[in-house]
Amino acid sequence: MSTRPRVGLFVTCLVDLVRPQIGFAAVKLLEQAGCEVHVPPTQTCCGQPAWNAGADGHAREIARNVVAAFEGFDYIVAPSGSCAGMIKRHYPEVFETDAVWLPRARALAAKTHELLSFLVKVCGMTGVTAQYAKRVCYHDSCSSLREMGVKAEPRALLATVGGLSIGELSDPQVCCGFGGLFSVKYPEISERMADDKIADACATGAGALIGGDLGCLLHLKGRMARQGKTLEVRHAAEVLADMGGEPALGEP
Amino acid sequence: MSPDPKAFPQAARDALKDPLLRPALGRLKTHFGAGRAAAVQRYGDFESLREAGKAIRDHAVTHLDDLLVTFEASVNARGGTVHWARDASEARRAILTILQDAGAGTVTKGKSMVTEEIALNPFLEANGIVPVETDLGEYIIQLRKEPPSHIIAPAFHLSKEQVAQTFLAAHTGLDPKRSLEERNALVQEARAILRAQFETADAGITGANFLSAADGAAVIVTNEGNGDLTRLLPKTHIVVTGIEKVVRDMTDVAVLLRLLPRSATGQPISTYVSVMAGPRGTAETDGPENFHIVLVDNGRSSLIGTEAQDVLRCIRCSACINHCPIYGAVGGHAYGATYMGPIGAALNPGVMGVAEAAHHANASTFCGRCAEVCPVMIPLPKIMRHWRAVEYSSGLAPKAITRGLGLWAFAAKRPALYRFGTRVAARLLRLMASSGMVRALPVKNGWFAVRDFPAPHGKTFQQQWKARR
Ligand code: SF4
Repeated sequence: MSTRPRVGLFVTCLVDLVRPQIGFAAVKLLEQAGCEVHVPPTQTCCGQPAWNAGADGHAREIARNVVAAFEGFDYIVAPSGSCAGMIKRHYPEVFETDAVWLPRARALAAKTHELLSFLVKVCGMTGVTAQYAKRVCYHDSCSSLREMGVKAEPRALLATVGGLSIGELSDPQVCCGFGGLFSVKYPEISERMADDKIADACATGAGALIGGDLGCLLHLKGRMARQGKTLEVRHAAEVLADMGGEPALGEP
Repeated sequence: MSPDPKAFPQAARDALKDPLLRPALGRLKTHFGAGRAAAVQRYGDFESLREAGKAIRDHAVTHLDDLLVTFEASVNARGGTVHWARDASEARRAILTILQDAGAGTVTKGKSMVTEEIALNPFLEANGIVPVETDLGEYIIQLRKEPPSHIIAPAFHLSKEQVAQTFLAAHTGLDPKRSLEERNALVQEARAILRAQFETADAGITGANFLSAADGAAVIVTNEGNGDLTRLLPKTHIVVTGIEKVVRDMTDVAVLLRLLPRSATGQPISTYVSVMAGPRGTAETDGPENFHIVLVDNGRSSLIGTEAQDVLRCIRCSACINHCPIYGAVGGHAYGATYMGPIGAALNPGVMGVAEAAHHANASTFCGRCAEVCPVMIPLPKIMRHWRAVEYSSGLAPKAITRGLGLWAFAAKRPALYRFGTRVAARLLRLMASSGMVRALPVKNGWFAVRDFPAPHGKTFQQQWKARR
């Protein structure tokens, strides 16, 4: 019998649909860190779009599905501070008045982690054997930063990638303007925020923008494409798993 | 511009196109953000101070009835009068009656957001009383007939040049060729004009930052000293404030006074702190002869016991506004309401109704910076989310959103159906892509109004995972 920690990988709906290689990169990194990785096939989404829109009923039903699919594992790990934050910080709110599901949601929340901080803090990973010869800047998603307290870990791991150097954004604590449905409901405000973030990223002189949350990255890359900017955009897991040679986000 | 919270999307679009607004809002970071950060750093254990402030305000909100009764008794004991106003119209009438009894023709005003909230100035003017704003920013926007665009810096949206133009147009008695290029020239000119107003005003109106129940005292902070001139010179002084401003005593006030200026402007303390308690005593040489306090509810008490109760802890420091990226993009006027930014988003739907102010609660990415800087730890995004839930459950949310969410949720609750849907979606997106990007769907708004969409490179993760294992 294996004594390796059993990790349930929460793939996230965006990774599943748009950028599967982030999922595979996560599997590779988790296995390198000595975990036994499982991907429950019944997972769909964490329910955050519904929760943030105030659709509590939908959010509860979707959240129940996640709790049921993942509570058997030692850990639940997501390559996204936003989805991890939903489970860790908000599931206990989602089930606030539900005597049956609240304890189950709390138990799940207690073992939920964002991928990069899980690798460093729980698995003790201190470095990787990957190559990515670029100067990069790191975009902190607000949920990673404020809900999950992730800041140092992605930078620490990226610093061990061969050829990579990091240039910091001047305003790393400012939101990029994605915000899920916000980007659809108020596109022009979202545009201004994205443009400021993109200008900040370009000013660092970096050749690539790296982040830990696909939502922000889709939004920023989508906006860059519309502006005709060609900065490479990738999830940190891809770079760390030595998959930085594959086409970047939105590239053919 | 008519203040209309429902017009937020269009007002925001207009604001984004305003070339003068952008540089003005760019100053948020340098004027307030950096100042707060440095002040917090210098203070040391600011988190403990926040905890203490939160506890004080929490106690106030949960003991509001007792504290207000104590406060009224303390004010009476000092010879002042307390007036209770359930809503804006009761507040306006109470103030008018006091002014009419005093035979007032002009009234100077220290800055008070509550008098903005109850639209006092137009009401006084309609009743033959001339209100003169004496806070410099407030004076400028009064001349321009604009509402404040910020809680503590009402003319924050204006450049020095715009202020100079405003003064040239308004102060017609002065030499039209005078130089108003320097900031100091503007300040001196306003000071000279306001000085005359202070000396002749029949009554003065100020707000209150805090009320001490034990002392029957109101406390205000200002940097210009206009609060003292407003309250001390005229015969009648009226304090107009929200009922939630009351705390136990001056010990509580002292804690909040450490939090407020640091969070607002980064100052350890404001230039002036004025404690106002009752009319002039027999042995005193200055102060008003009549002292009134108008306590305005205007929807506040309806929040007690609800999920939005914590918003009543607010001390109106504006730190949340100063750090809000949405406010930083569109400014304060776009909100069409007295309270803008995160505090407006959390407060307005509660006091105005969700149907009226739903945009305020929706126009947030939930980035969480507001809650991070709030000195009394109000969970602002959580309260905004609560209003969204009220909007959703009462059928007020836009139909396109509820239908879209409903459809998506239907699938998300059925994993097999969901996986089928994502397989199809991934394939469609790949078919629609050119050079890695989906350029536009038939819809020209929402996501595709300003962005392309990066296309998937292959089948969904779940498809590929199943094939590999
Ligand atoms: S909500 Fe908090 S940060 Fe915002 S104005 Fe009120 S006290 Fe200040």
